[in-house]
Amino acid sequence: MKLMKFATVSALAMMVAGGAMAKSDITLALQLEPPHLDPTSAAAGAIDSVLYSNVFEGLTRFASDGSIIPGLAQSWEVSEDGLTYTFKLAEGVTFHDGTTMDAEDVKFSLDRARAEDSANAQKVLFASIADVEAVDATTVKITLSAPNGSLLFNLAWGDAVIVAPESIENITQMPVGTGAFKFTNWVQGDNIVLERNPDYWGTPAKLDKVTFKFIADPTAGFAAVMAEDVDVFSGYPAPENVPQFEADPRFQVIVGNTEGETILAMNNKLAPFDDVRVREAVSHAIDRQAIIDGAMFGLGTPIGTHFAPHNPDYVDLTADSAYDPEKAKALLAEAGFADGFTTTLKLPPPSYARRGGEIIAAQLRDVGIQTEISNLEWAQWLEEVFKGKDFGLTIVSHTEPMDIGIYARPDYYFQYDDADFQAMNAELEAEADPAKRTAILDKMQRKIAGDYVNGYLFQLAVPTIAKAGVVGLWENAPTQANDMTGVYWAE
Amino acid sequence: MLRFVLKRLLSLVISLAVASVVIFLFVEVVPGDPAAYMLGMNAQEDTLAALREQLGLNGTLVERYLSWIGGMLRGDFGTSYTYRTPVAEMIGERIWISLPLAVYALTLSTLIAFPAGIWAASKRGSLADVLVMGFTQLGVAIPNFWFAMLMVLLFAINLRWFSAGGFAGWDAGFLPAMKSLTLPAVALALPQASILARVMRSSLLDTLGEDYIRTARAKGLSRRQALWRHALRNALIPVLTIIGLQFSFLLAGAIIIENVFFLPGLGRMVFQSIAARDLIVVESVVMLLVFAVILVNFLVDVAYAVVDPRLRVKA
Repeated sequence: MKLMKFATVSALAMMVAGGAMAKSDITLALQLEPPHLDPTSAAAGAIDSVLYSNVFEGLTRFASDGSIIPGLAQSWEVSEDGLTYTFKLAEGVTFHDGTTMDAEDVKFSLDRARAEDSANAQKVLFASIADVEAVDATTVKITLSAPNGSLLFNLAWGDAVIVAPESIENITQMPVGTGAFKFTNWVQGDNIVLERNPDYWGTPAKLDKVTFKFIADPTAGFAAVMAEDVDVFSGYPAPENVPQFEADPRFQVIVGNTEGETILAMNNKLAPFDDVRVREAVSHAIDRQAIIDGAMFGLGTPIGTHFAPHNPDYVDLTADSAYDPEKAKALLAEAGFADGFTTTLKLPPPSYARRGGEIIAAQLRDVGIQTEISNLEWAQWLEEVFKGKDFGLTIVSHTEPMDIGIYARPDYYFQYDDADFQAMNAELEAEADPAKRTAILDKMQRKIAGDYVNGYLFQLAVPTIAKAGVVGLWENAPTQANDMTGVYWAE
Repeated sequence: MLRFVLKRLLSLVISLAVASVVIFLFVEVVPGDPAAYMLGMNAQEDTLAALREQLGLNGTLVERYLSWIGGMLRGDFGTSYTYRTPVAEMIGERIWISLPLAVYALTLSTLIAFPAGIWAASKRGSLADVLVMGFTQLGVAIPNFWFAMLMVLLFAINLRWFSAGGFAGWDAGFLPAMKSLTLPAVALALPQASILARVMRSSLLDTLGEDYIRTARAKGLSRRQALWRHALRNALIPVLTIIGLQFSFLLAGAIIIENVFFLPGLGRMVFQSIAARDLIVVESVVMLLVFAVILVNFLVDVAYAVVDPRLRVKA
């Protein structure tokens, strides 16, 4: 008993000491560990979720609400014809290794990203760039081959950050950026530590130290939060536990928007999904709210097209594909499938797909569509579904921001090939005027919803669990990032 | 004796060669492209090709096998596709978690199993025996990951004596590092100790029935003296065999426990590498573990032959 008391007292003492120390440092848990630390040569969102805005910065950057704000470029001018962008860089910016960041580094970074042998996962972002010129130390001129209304947006991506030729060799293990935090240490498999950059050119970070800890298993994640081993769990993987955290005064739960349009993708070139009536039937067979409640425990916003609901240009088309099993059956009969048919439903690992898949299979069964479910690992999914196009149905969340353009790629995995839509996309890419862009985006959203290309389910919402005193975390996730530059402890 | 050792050595080399081919083929035929996994859903075909070229994924199966095995022979385990660091370095880092964890768990299980087994055997049929048998039955039946979760619930969440997982790192000092390995080691040790205690007990009971024990008793030794002086040593042979097996299991088989406690050990590295199709890491780690097991078997074989000359003739 004495021993118990002693242990309790010392545990309390440790907690108090820990609490006092925690004022200037924070431990943030993530489910996925970055494979390496070069955001410009992998699609792994895990890399951005550690480094974006903290260690690396681009010419422009995303704010929490998804708007584009100046980054390393303090201002810019666009020529009349929309072909030339002149960026004015911030003065006195240095990389973490002490070297200066100037226009030459910008040229180097962008040229590297768009080079022939570039391994940049979003190389398409730079496709319209014809030339990058370093006019003087703080002026960069980007010339486009055709007007591109999304350039400033594209340059805000983690894949477009500015890196230095001096440190590019070891970037995968020793990232050197210009951000408010510098990379300190990586214990592979366990954690990455960032420390405040005392020489930061902009508003300095409030925290001295940020530790990113990687906890893949949802049960282990729950234990780590409950035991207060971690201060924040960003992208908490088990929505079923969220009510428990909400009820606990030690924690705050932040549920923000993401860019993840979660869809029931259909293979548009595979019979019977090449028949629009069948696709429409599938869309009417789905009860979105039941999927959100059942698979996501209520987290998520229903969508009726491939567009993020929090975006001002979003058009709510959910009513066009409202839950109506009778209509679905009638459409199937009209298409010649009165007795239904059998197809495959291939599911990647995330719980939205695995749990959602079971519910969708049951809903489809009600209208006569039998599904053979197979659970795939990501690598298998990429091989079979994404590359091999060997699937009838699949569920996946498209997490890239503003990615309606994928419908203009006929060889994309769901194989939607429509000349009208492709023309609209070309028109959008060339348009810089916001009002006209809104009008085009409106048309595009209606077009894919009207063609019932895919079953549009919901916008993924990812909860973040944080200790009550943590202030300044991003509420929404316009890109996969944990911008820690404005985070601090209250009190 | 020399001929025997050479023969065993030859069979060791053949086993390794066969194992390397089997491992390589099994891993390579698994569908999934590491470059596609890394670049995700927006990547274009030419970018994928560029990355494949950078990673050396473009050769034929035979070329890639030869370059892998050739590298291994020179002590070069290759470079991880996803982490882009030498595999040998990654193994070197993680083995300092897996190895101490295995040793820790094995020590705990031996410390529990020996007294329990001996106690039960020396009081066969008594309440003590029934208790030990009952508890070990339970220990074998309880899955270690479930037991691990219960311990986390009690010691990390309710009592706050331990953290829920993670590894403090050896830089933090010996005691903090050992502390972060304690709950995982206990979880691993429980079923092992139960098995070991039961083997210890039955092996002791077997030897206690041998003629030489009767002789020892006839010379005037008490039952207890006979057990400690004569039976125990002879009963140890099967127990040591089990301990040897358990050690290689613990080294490679702690995957689930490493996941429950998010420990960055070898098991979790293999687990992550399989998901990412980081084939070179999977191949090299599995090969290393196979090598360890075959080597231990080889040493055991030789040791048996040294102890028991009859085995040399048979071989």
